[in-house]
Amino acid sequence: MSRGGDLVRTGLRGVGQLLLTAGFVMLLFVVYELYVTDILAGQAQDELSDQLDDEWAGAASGPTPAPITPEVGEPFAFLHIPGLGADWRRAIVEGTDQEELAQGPGHYVGTALPGEQGNFAVAGHRVGRGSPFLDLGELRPGDPIIVETSDAWYVYRVLGDPATGDFATGPIPGQQIVPPTDTSVISPTPLAAPDVPPSGAYLTLTTCHPKYSARQRMIVHAVLEGGPIMRADAPDGPPALQEG
Amino acid sequence: MYSWIWRRLPGGTGSKAFLALLLVLAVSVLLLFVVFPRVEHLLPFTDVTVD
Repeated sequence: MSRGGDLVRTGLRGVGQLLLTAGFVMLLFVVYELYVTDILAGQAQDELSDQLDDEWAGAASGPTPAPITPEVGEPFAFLHIPGLGADWRRAIVEGTDQEELAQGPGHYVGTALPGEQGNFAVAGHRVGRGSPFLDLGELRPGDPIIVETSDAWYVYRVLGDPATGDFATGPIPGQQIVPPTDTSVISPTPLAAPDVPPSGAYLTLTTCHPKYSARQRMIVHAVLEGGPIMRADAPDGPPALQEG
Repeated sequence: MYSWIWRRLPGGTGSKAFLALLLVLAVSVLLLFVVFPRVEHLLPFTDVTVD
C-alpha cells in the first residue's frame, strides 16, 4: 500500500466518523425535543401548580374578582380544557418567550386578562415541553375552555356552530390556520386591526401547525359565556368543567 | 479520532468496550441536559407564537 493510499484512507475514515457522529447528535436532539423537554416541562408545571396553590390558599375573596397584575415569568391562572382530557389543567405563565413557554402555556403580554373585554391570548407548545396543545385541533365549536384565577372561574366557548361543527359561522372563526406573521388573531377583536376597540371578551389559543413543524399556526378562538363565577359560589368549579 | 480513543482505553476488548459505552453515555447526558437546553432557542423549530 502506497503512502498516498494511506492518507486517503485515513481522511475518508475521518469523514465517515464525523458523519456518524453528526447523525448520532441529531438523533439525540430529536430524543431531547420529544422526551426530555416533556420531563423538564412536567417538573416546571408541578412547581408552578404548587406555587399557585400556595398563593391562593387562604386568599381573601370579595364579591367581585380582584384585579390581576401578573409579572413576566410568574404563573397567575389555570387553564382547563375538558375536551383534551377530564383532568387537563395547566398553569398559565405571563409572557411568551421560550423561557416561559418551556414551563407551560404563556399569556401574550399586553393582551386582555381573564374575563376582561378584549382578547385573552395564550400560546402553547404542540409537540414537546409537555405538549399542552397537542390535540388542540380536536376541539369543536361550543367546547368549553375554562380559566381559573385566584377567586373566580371564566367559561369560554369555542366559536362556531355546535350543531354542524362548522367553525366559520360568524365573523370570527372558532379555529383557523394562519401564517406565523398574522398578529391580527390576538387583536382585542380577533382579526381586526390592533387599534380597533374590543367587541367582546374573547380567548385565543395559538400553537404551531402542522405537528412537528413551525411553518404555520393553529389558532382557536372562544368567547366568554356569561360573567365570572366566583370561587366562593363554586368551590369545585363550574358545571362546564365536567363536560368532556 | 475514535481509533485514537480506542487505543488509549486500558484493558482487553471487554474493558475497552465497557469504557467506550460509558463515554458515549456521558457525552449523551451532557448533550441532553446541558448543551441542548442552552442552544435550542437559537433554532426555529419550537415557535408557537404569532409575532
